[in-house]
Amino acid sequence: MTTFETLRLDGVTRRFAGADALAGLDLEIRRGEFIALLGPSGCGKSTALNCLAGLLPLSDGSIWRDGTRLDTLPPERRGFGMVFQNYALFPHMSVRKNVSFGLKMRGVARAEIRRRTDEAIRLVHLEEHAAKLPGQLSGGQQQRVAIARAVVVEPSLVLMDEPLSNLDAKLRLEMRTEIRRLHQNLGLTTVYVTHDQEEALSMADRLVVLRAGRVQQIGTPEEVHNRPANRHVADFLGFRNLLPGIAGGGSVKINNWQVSGTPVGAVAEGDPVVAAIRPEDVVLGGGSGIEVTVEVVEYHGREIAAEARTVDGLPLHLRTSERLAPGDKVAVAFPPERLLVFPA
Amino acid sequence: MTAPTLAVRHRLAERGIDPQLLLLVPATVFVVALFVYPFCYGIAVSLQPAQGGALAAYRTFFSDAYQRDTITTTLAIALPAALFNVLAAVPIAYRMRGRFRGKRLLTTVLVVPITLGTVLTAEGLLNFLGPTGWFNRVLIFLKVTDQPVTLTHNYWGVFFSLIITGFPFAFLLVLSYLSGIDPSLERAAATLGAGWVQRFFRITLPLLAPGLATTFCLTFVLAFSVFPSAILVGDPSGSTRVISIAAYEAAYVRYDYAGASAAAIVMGAVELLVISVVLGLRSLLYTGSTAGGKG
Repeated sequence: MTTFETLRLDGVTRRFAGADALAGLDLEIRRGEFIALLGPSGCGKSTALNCLAGLLPLSDGSIWRDGTRLDTLPPERRGFGMVFQNYALFPHMSVRKNVSFGLKMRGVARAEIRRRTDEAIRLVHLEEHAAKLPGQLSGGQQQRVAIARAVVVEPSLVLMDEPLSNLDAKLRLEMRTEIRRLHQNLGLTTVYVTHDQEEALSMADRLVVLRAGRVQQIGTPEEVHNRPANRHVADFLGFRNLLPGIAGGGSVKINNWQVSGTPVGAVAEGDPVVAAIRPEDVVLGGGSGIEVTVEVVEYHGREIAAEARTVDGLPLHLRTSERLAPGDKVAVAFPPERLLVFPA
Repeated sequence: MTAPTLAVRHRLAERGIDPQLLLLVPATVFVVALFVYPFCYGIAVSLQPAQGGALAAYRTFFSDAYQRDTITTTLAIALPAALFNVLAAVPIAYRMRGRFRGKRLLTTVLVVPITLGTVLTAEGLLNFLGPTGWFNRVLIFLKVTDQPVTLTHNYWGVFFSLIITGFPFAFLLVLSYLSGIDPSLERAAATLGAGWVQRFFRITLPLLAPGLATTFCLTFVLAFSVFPSAILVGDPSGSTRVISIAAYEAAYVRYDYAGASAAAIVMGAVELLVISVVLGLRSLLYTGSTAGGKG
């Protein structure tokens, strides 16, 4: 199978009826990498994946595998494997036939097809179900068939389009580990589309965060998690508290109180800013003098998540192991290194 | 709803009785009155000929080659016409399964012949394909032939008429069967390395085949009962003397109602035979869901 050192997306653009669904995506994928395209629905992540697979023609830009231009090739000649959101298993073929389909199309010898199909079915633990039709399988099993079918041809790149979104929470966690394990064992270069930040952070080597067709940030899970590039990325990555304020030398004025934070990007004194902090980074107690009233409390096992409100009416989400009850008045503080200040 | 009637309803439901099924009564009465009763009446009439035993009408039909051969004549027209309609509908519907500009207009153009009616179609065919029609004039002008090609008042006239009226049915049915097939299946096949020929023959066609069998049955029945065009653009005393003409002659030329009913029953039996063969073959195919999974 054709392998590569780098796969390069050069200003990949796709327009639908004049509107940019994806605008100028530049990305270099190295062999063996696990890349997650992350963003809310309609951000262009599936469009990017379909462009890569060849299922959507580009409006602009190009895709290169080392020195070969790919975007002019039809999907069947790109040698990529794809796992679809609805699995797209061939309903009239048994699990075995579904898995061996790609090998058959590639004209692999019969004995070899048998061996590799068996191996792929074993890899996803479906030995007893090999003769069944997809309609006789559960969602999780269908999903595993789809993965086996995509990886059996040893594609140079595996594309996954929200493969876990149709599974229940428990199965989703199991399959997440399973996909990551497959990636490690087979060393398959993978591009994975998801809207679930936790999924993306836990599985990927690198994240591409998209919004409205444009790249917001490319980085390792740690970089993206700790240092979101802008307020939109922060919003999408769990910074539930986005407090509007005015920048003042090294601190932010939010309504009546001054707090110090870490500026991200160009923030000048007097600028309108957004101060972002995760609920779990809000500290209870401390001498900051910001007092909030707890309004709603959700039980989360060891922790509780609470929605509180400041005296001047600003809502604040926080997580704590302390037992709070609605109506409690508590003082909160924001650790300056965890409070990121973005230009509004 | 009061408590006692609810309880009655639950008790009935537990025994598998749904009172709402009573709403089917009018439709059932309609079918019995307009189909089952005339059918049984026809059988009864066919078994009471003026002379001979109960099966005399059938014996006459099958012993007289002039009557008997109408079966093969009709089959020779209806089977190829139905097959052609289905096979021609597949590539056209396949190309038109996606969304594109002008799809509605094109579909309308393809379906309009349904509204024409057999007589108008026959008239058009006579004008267009007749010895002095446009078609022959063009052929002669282009020196393709020096004698007009005979395409009316013979087998071909009826064949063309059946295609013009039958194709829209076949096309609409095939198009709706095709649009029921999950498009992501073909895309999945493409990413697995299948070119369009393989995608069509290995994915689309197997999923479409049961629908094609049903479409064939419907267009076959339409073609098998051909009557007006067999007379208007055919050769009703020779090559297109179809079974419905035999029945008509028996009933309204010879006033032999038993013979006419026998011909009609034979006609129904032949149709039933062809349909059971096709549906029997269909049951060997995969006939389940055409979706690619959940979602």
